[in-house]
Amino acid sequence: MEQIAFFVLALLVVASALSVITNRNPVTCAVSLAFNLVAIAGLYMLLDAQFLGLMQVIVYAGAIMVLILFVIMLLNLREEEQPHPAGRVQRVIAPVASLAFSIVIGRAVFASAPSSFPDKAEGFGNAAALGNELFTKFYYPFEAISLLLIVAMVGAVLLAKRKVE
Amino acid sequence: MDVLINLIKIIGVFSLLMGLVSVMTWVERRLSAIIQYRLGPNRVGPFGLLQPIADGIKFIQKEDIIPAEAHKVFYVLAPALAVIPALCAFAVIPFGPTVTILGQQVKLVILDLDGGLLWAFAATGLGVYAIVLAGWSSNSKFSLIGGLRSSAQMVSYELPMALAVASVVLVSGTLRPTEIVAQQAGAFWHWNALKGGWQLLGFVIFTIAGYAETNRTPFDLPEAEGELVAGYHTEYSGMRFAAFFMAEYINMMTSSALAITLFLGGWQLGIPEAWQPQPGWLLWGLQIGAFFAKLAFFQILYVWVRWTLPRFRYDQLMNLGWKGLLPISLANLAVTAILVAYDLVGH
Repeated sequence: MEQIAFFVLALLVVASALSVITNRNPVTCAVSLAFNLVAIAGLYMLLDAQFLGLMQVIVYAGAIMVLILFVIMLLNLREEEQPHPAGRVQRVIAPVASLAFSIVIGRAVFASAPSSFPDKAEGFGNAAALGNELFTKFYYPFEAISLLLIVAMVGAVLLAKRKVE
Repeated sequence: MDVLINLIKIIGVFSLLMGLVSVMTWVERRLSAIIQYRLGPNRVGPFGLLQPIADGIKFIQKEDIIPAEAHKVFYVLAPALAVIPALCAFAVIPFGPTVTILGQQVKLVILDLDGGLLWAFAATGLGVYAIVLAGWSSNSKFSLIGGLRSSAQMVSYELPMALAVASVVLVSGTLRPTEIVAQQAGAFWHWNALKGGWQLLGFVIFTIAGYAETNRTPFDLPEAEGELVAGYHTEYSGMRFAAFFMAEYINMMTSSALAITLFLGGWQLGIPEAWQPQPGWLLWGLQIGAFFAKLAFFQILYVWVRWTLPRFRYDQLMNLGWKGLLPISLANLAVTAILVAYDLVGH
């Protein structure tokens, strides 16, 4: 049952990811990306990381991708804009480089894959377990990230603000 | 056996929701007529009760128009994208206690997730895509403006809504809807909106934000007739148009059901336990009835508000969201956090 779910989700993830990079229409790309994010959330849920999966849908698919769609529509990037034509050097180097990169990554994943997965602790992946970890073991990194986000937010507001006469 | 029980629950809730949607279209029109001193649909069947069936037949028979310049895939996909998340969100709502049927313990909730509230938010959050895509793919300026308005509105009002929910989560210490309901057992003052969590303010914020999230008057700017013809669904006809309306009514029910679960005791009767009948079909029936009675009240409130209040202007809507509800809900969260930290409130 889990295996069937995994393969269905994996197929959806790969198909939507391909759709993101092969489509010329920016709205189609954005929707494919949102679909991809939801499918990955499904994979997280399969791995018992329920909180992470639901947060992925709420934050990335539900908020960030909606804002990206919003911007695309405001800019009215309606029909397939002609991309910059790829140069000859680019045409040769790009496939070779990406092939080499995927081989390296693939080998690394296979080399580091454990033969068996560790037993998961009681309550693994739910909000309570994650909260306990975040506010005890990872307290300082967590606060540092919060600070970084606030700085980014203040910066964005300052940049967007009109000059006061 | 579990699979069978789940299947029955899913089919049961699905058909119940669909049935309630058609009843709601009738309630909305009859009640609006009463409010405006008219009669409303009263010809088809007794009191016009068969009107929804007549409407359904009409919708199916209507020509399905796809505008020539529309983006066909998204145009066809959008109504389905509206209905599916709306239905998914309802899965985590407990509509009754754990009952025993033929020796089987059955929880009257489809999906008893540990992060159930997050599931509801995730599903309703995805509902925005339907409106945005419908607006964009129709290739009409009215639709596009409606879609843009709705995405801005829904993203803005999700924040106060989520903060109001976070206050309840602080009080109950869990994200599981069934547990939140179980904590509010007993007399009605144990409900979270009252002495159970002192969340009356949170309840008001959640309800107001719920009206904005479901695009209902006074926040129905994505489909403001006076300016946008019909907003994001201007170009739709027949069943696809009906699908948007189904989604709106299902969303109204999900949002009311969430408010009931979080603040008003869910399926709890609200009377002291000593006065309740012994656990058995009588008690369970009363409790399921209590849930649907509360749901009915909220649905009627939605209609009542719609035909009483005028529509906001767009800047008023944004001001209310960002400068009104957001600071108030933040303050509510902070005060609740302090009270919880000093054990003055909580279960």
